[in-house]
Amino acid sequence: MSTNDHEKGPSRRKVLECMTWAGTGVLWTVAGGVPTSLGIIDEALAQQSKGFTFLQISDSHMGFDKPANPNTKGTLEEAIGRVKALTVKPSFMIHTGDISHLSKPVEFDDADRIISDARLDVHYVPGEHDIIDEDQGKLYRDRYGRGTKGAGWYSFDADGVHFIGLVNVVDLKAGGLGNLGNEQLEWLEDDLKGRSASQPIVVFAHIPLWTVYPEWGWGTQDSARALEYLKRFGSVTVLNGHIHQVMQKVEGNVTFHTARSTAFPQPAPGSAPSPGPMKVPDDKLRTMLGIASVTFKQNEQRLAIIDTPLQG
Amino acid sequence: MSLNMAKKTKSLINSVVAGVVALLVFAATPTWADDIAVKIGNFTFGPQELKVKSGTTVTWTNEDDIPHTVVSPNNFRSKPLDSEDKFSFTFTTPGTYKYFCSLHPHMTGTIVVEAATGSITPQQ
Repeated sequence: MSTNDHEKGPSRRKVLECMTWAGTGVLWTVAGGVPTSLGIIDEALAQQSKGFTFLQISDSHMGFDKPANPNTKGTLEEAIGRVKALTVKPSFMIHTGDISHLSKPVEFDDADRIISDARLDVHYVPGEHDIIDEDQGKLYRDRYGRGTKGAGWYSFDADGVHFIGLVNVVDLKAGGLGNLGNEQLEWLEDDLKGRSASQPIVVFAHIPLWTVYPEWGWGTQDSARALEYLKRFGSVTVLNGHIHQVMQKVEGNVTFHTARSTAFPQPAPGSAPSPGPMKVPDDKLRTMLGIASVTFKQNEQRLAIIDTPLQG
Repeated sequence: MSLNMAKKTKSLINSVVAGVVALLVFAATPTWADDIAVKIGNFTFGPQELKVKSGTTVTWTNEDDIPHTVVSPNNFRSKPLDSEDKFSFTFTTPGTYKYFCSLHPHMTGTIVVEAATGSITPQQ
């Protein structure tokens, strides 16, 4: 891909035309870990240039202004600055929810204005903070839900990879966790029917689709059924947000990964009385916020996921 | 005592009784129906279980840095409560009201509303 192509903006067709597979090694970060040595980052960037790369951002929480981060617009701008500075332009972005803090139009406006500066297509799924307008999600669906089903779920293909955006923040039950619901699960089963088991699958949703910490509601109660439909596939990557920290788990052919927030960090499971926003010293904040990039390489079961903090 | 006198006396007694009842109600109302506060903090409702008399107004205050809701399906539903926002509901029907935060459903609470007589009619 030439530098000129990078500057032409988000023409997906063009981007997909010039994407090629490269069957080189996989770079992998360990749970909670960040590639800290420059060597690893350089290697990661070199690897990225040979694959098909997209970005994940999450939990922008536009409108949040509490001590944990009084300037969430500023840190989102920094995150988008990081995206723009990438030497290899990603194909597109996914946003795994909590775009806004209180589902207010001005919060969605701020997010759209800042994120659009990356000049990339963005595929969204809602977080629970995005559907608390009076009509319980109408604002979100009007803005981001075109061409989606139900509360906003959908799928698309990019460079041979099948992407599925799921909604697990609607119709939550007392005492329960995240919820996909029967209608969406039936749609998912149908969506996967007839697909080759060798096609790589990426599933993204706001709340983790594996049980991270049920005491804090960090899991999805009916995710087992979704994973049942996915288990015949050779490569499944599940990308989530919600918990504002990096976590990974590998189970068979399924790799689970959560991204950092661009707004504020949350404590590790059980390490605080509640999962509320964590106030850290000002000079530490940017080491706990960030973005993730994901690179596909043909014939590799696992995708290379690189989490990059805003600083450090 | 003539019939008339008896009637008058009865009427006087009734008035007195009515007055006493009214006084009792007025005197009792503040102790029962004073706003009872439930704090929302650290992703929990406190107290998590609360017993109140019928007619009591319960007020929830969100003391977290994250919005919460107070939802009892078919009974009441608050708007999202930002930090320091409040939501009040007056319980007029005895019963057990289970509620939760629709954003963080692991947060649950119960209000048990007793009739003035103390009897409880299960509601759900």
